[in-house]
Amino acid sequence: MQKAAAGAVVLLYLLHQDYWFWREARPLVFGFLPIGLFYHAAFTVVSAGVLWLLVALAWPSHLEEEPRGPASGRRG
Amino acid sequence: MIPALVVFAYLGVVLYIGIFAFRTTRQASAEDYFLAGRSLGPAVFLLSLFGTNMTAFSILGASGHAFANGIVTFGLMASSSALVIPVCLFAIGTRLWALGKRNKFMTPVQMFRDRWECRHIGTVIFVVQAVLLVPYIIIAVMGGGTVLQAITNGAVPYWLGGAIVSSVVMAYVFLGGMRGTAWVNALQTTLFLLFGTIAVFVIGAGMGGFAEAMEALLASPETAPLLTRERVSPLYFFSYTFIPLSSIAFPHICIFCLTARNVTYFRKTIVLYPICMLLIWLPSVFLGVLANQGSAVPAIQTKLEARAQLAAPGAPLTPDDRARLRAQAAGDDVILRLVEGYAPTWLAALLGAAVMAAVMASDSQILALSTMFTEDVFAFYQGTARFGAAMQVLTGRVFVIVVTAVAYVIALRIPQSIFDVATQYAFAGYAALVPLLVAALFWKSSTRWGALASTLWTAAAVAAVAAVQTSIPPPPPGSAVVVWAPGGTPIVTRAATGTFVLGLLPVVPMTLISAVLMIVVSLATKRFARPHASTLARYFP
Repeated sequence: MQKAAAGAVVLLYLLHQDYWFWREARPLVFGFLPIGLFYHAAFTVVSAGVLWLLVALAWPSHLEEEPRGPASGRRG
Repeated sequence: MIPALVVFAYLGVVLYIGIFAFRTTRQASAEDYFLAGRSLGPAVFLLSLFGTNMTAFSILGASGHAFANGIVTFGLMASSSALVIPVCLFAIGTRLWALGKRNKFMTPVQMFRDRWECRHIGTVIFVVQAVLLVPYIIIAVMGGGTVLQAITNGAVPYWLGGAIVSSVVMAYVFLGGMRGTAWVNALQTTLFLLFGTIAVFVIGAGMGGFAEAMEALLASPETAPLLTRERVSPLYFFSYTFIPLSSIAFPHICIFCLTARNVTYFRKTIVLYPICMLLIWLPSVFLGVLANQGSAVPAIQTKLEARAQLAAPGAPLTPDDRARLRAQAAGDDVILRLVEGYAPTWLAALLGAAVMAAVMASDSQILALSTMFTEDVFAFYQGTARFGAAMQVLTGRVFVIVVTAVAYVIALRIPQSIFDVATQYAFAGYAALVPLLVAALFWKSSTRWGALASTLWTAAAVAAVAAVQTSIPPPPPGSAVVVWAPGGTPIVTRAATGTFVLGLLPVVPMTLISAVLMIVVSLATKRFARPHASTLARYFP
């Protein structure tokens, strides 16, 4: 599941490079949003969804546990 | 003058917040002052972390860039940041939190010094980090000067506006510390989210509707390309995805990662960050593009005419003519001009305050500088032990005043836009420092010498970009000056929009070479520079 979530992040990163809408302004989504701008606005919303998956499936919960052993002086 | 009065009232409000935060923490420790006692709650954490990234860059810079370059601005910065920044918070920020909580780190250099068991190399990292924060402070000065000059129609000149904003920010930072800046950042994010959304619809209605305005832009050969990305190479677009890497390496963000009461606060921040990016950047970019239809506003008409003169083929323009026209065509104040031209006075006033709020987000950077100097230099070299805690605080403030004064002087002279200053210097430099964080947290074999090589490379690379950009004036749009072409192959070129390396933004080779240096030098030095097993056990249990 963790790999699937990470894979979704990588896929989304690749989809950021949207060659297919590069030179197109139409259609104007909702009558005024150029398709290239709409695509990236939608990309941003989908990112939130993918990140929710990442947090739900791959959260580093071990970081919330108290570690064993002594801490260091911070001015090492 | 009403918008100006509202903006000055807002400045008074943030000063009061700083005073209130000061009264709350007067008897408190350094950890309480610099890190709000690691007690920031989830809502304040999200709004203030996002607010600290929502600077003059996101409002004025984004709309100014979109005014000149079109919709590409959103894809260049907003959508890439919406993915890359939260992923970095997830992978790196959470680990920083855990290490900070356990070891009581207050700055990233403290963590680097502990991890690699080094001393003066940590000081080198501090110096480079502090210098790279200066461009961030510069854009705040530029933003403050731009806003106050625009809103008062020149009654407050640019130099005075920049000085006022710098002074107000320093005042509430010095008084309120991290608690004060967190509250102010949360307020400014809320203000802009609320009034920015309203402004988009009001301005659209004033221009006769979004659909009509977009059709008019599409109908003109001069403006139609702004609604596509045909003027931008895919390679250039791809290279911008490296810029958001810088966010996790910014000291103020690292310090923010140390301030959450609980690591679970990162969950909401990671998931909601893209939505916050959308709500801020989409209106800013859209309004910037829309401003190309704003010729009814005299100030915008002047910009459009200057841009047309610059782009006219074969126009006999001297370098001074080009510099003057570039200044006239500059778009950093375009969103304010739109508001002034199309929004009612009450909305213009509130949005002016909201924009001012965003511009003043350099507070976190200023606090980070103060924290870094007092902890990484003054206290580290026994200044606190010798001269006491009061002197520690005083020297931190003096350091910040000096650095801000330097930033102010540069801001008065720099010809570049807010967007370009931020991306080409601060963001590029910090992106190139990300290999330090990744190596410290995830690679056992990294050494202090690898960190030093990476840091020195970053400093040299940013200096080289600055040297190219200040010594070679930008050529006309669509052309490029070859700066370095070994064997006849153009490697480094200077274009109207900046410097390029093999068609990529410098941030790409800077970051990749930084990573290679970290790896190669660490492997070459691991036999004699490997940290003790006990140190490694704390970082890799």
